[in-house]
Amino acid sequence: MDWMKIGSAILIGAMILFLWPRAKQMMQESRKAEPGEWGSVLLILLAVAGFVVLLVMMVR
Amino acid sequence: MNRLDYTVARPAQSALTVNKVLKNTYMLLSATMLFSALMAAVSVVVQMPPMTYLLSAGGAMLLIWLVLPRTANSASGLWVVFAITGLLGFGLGPLLSYYLALPNGPQIVATAFGGTGVIFLGLSGYALTTRKDFSFMGGFLIAGLLMVLVVMLANIFLNIPALSLAISAIVIMIMSGFILYDTSRMVNGGETNYIMMTVSLYLNIYNIFISLLQILGAFSGDD
Repeated sequence: MDWMKIGSAILIGAMILFLWPRAKQMMQESRKAEPGEWGSVLLILLAVAGFVVLLVMMVR
Repeated sequence: MNRLDYTVARPAQSALTVNKVLKNTYMLLSATMLFSALMAAVSVVVQMPPMTYLLSAGGAMLLIWLVLPRTANSASGLWVVFAITGLLGFGLGPLLSYYLALPNGPQIVATAFGGTGVIFLGLSGYALTTRKDFSFMGGFLIAGLLMVLVVMLANIFLNIPALSLAISAIVIMIMSGFILYDTSRMVNGGETNYIMMTVSLYLNIYNIFISLLQILGAFSGDD
């Protein structure tokens, strides 16, 4: 295994350890979505996915 | 009368604070983007080795975790933001050199750059104009980010190219969600520190750019 892989694993492992307490807090304190809120977000993210597909078609 | 003055003045002051945070954040974000691009160009020109990416990302993460929280409320926080974005930009050099060396490399890099800009401006513009509150996404986004990091860690050892592409696609979705979430935090007064906000938005853009670069590179048929 090369040093790049070991270094990457250490960096990602450190990120997980650092993010964990903040993630726990955010998950507990995050407000519940009202009806329809996730629907609008999904539409926006779908538009982003469509745009990425368009970019892929442009470089092919 | 006093009570009336208070109720009228408070929202006005709040709106002023929000506008100030928005203005300062986008100004600092533009400046750090330019600086980061300059550092990336320097790194490409001097042909830095691949290890640069890892060392720069590690250095930037240390600054974000250990130095930024202590300096974010002072003027020295500005230097820290430029150090973080400069390091991350410099670390992009080997990655950009790799993609630029491909037959349609310049097109891939330019498309990833332009695409990232369109995604950021579109999402941030949407959150700014609609002023919707996306705070409900926080828990979901951070949980998704943690899961992606765990899968990324596993894929370092598994080395599955398709999984790597799937990770990039999910990272674009999660970072897009974070752009909505962060912009709405600014608009709705949840975050008043423009230095922290700039770093958050910069990291969203940076991650979208890298993931888009990887996807475009893979599907261009030359990766």
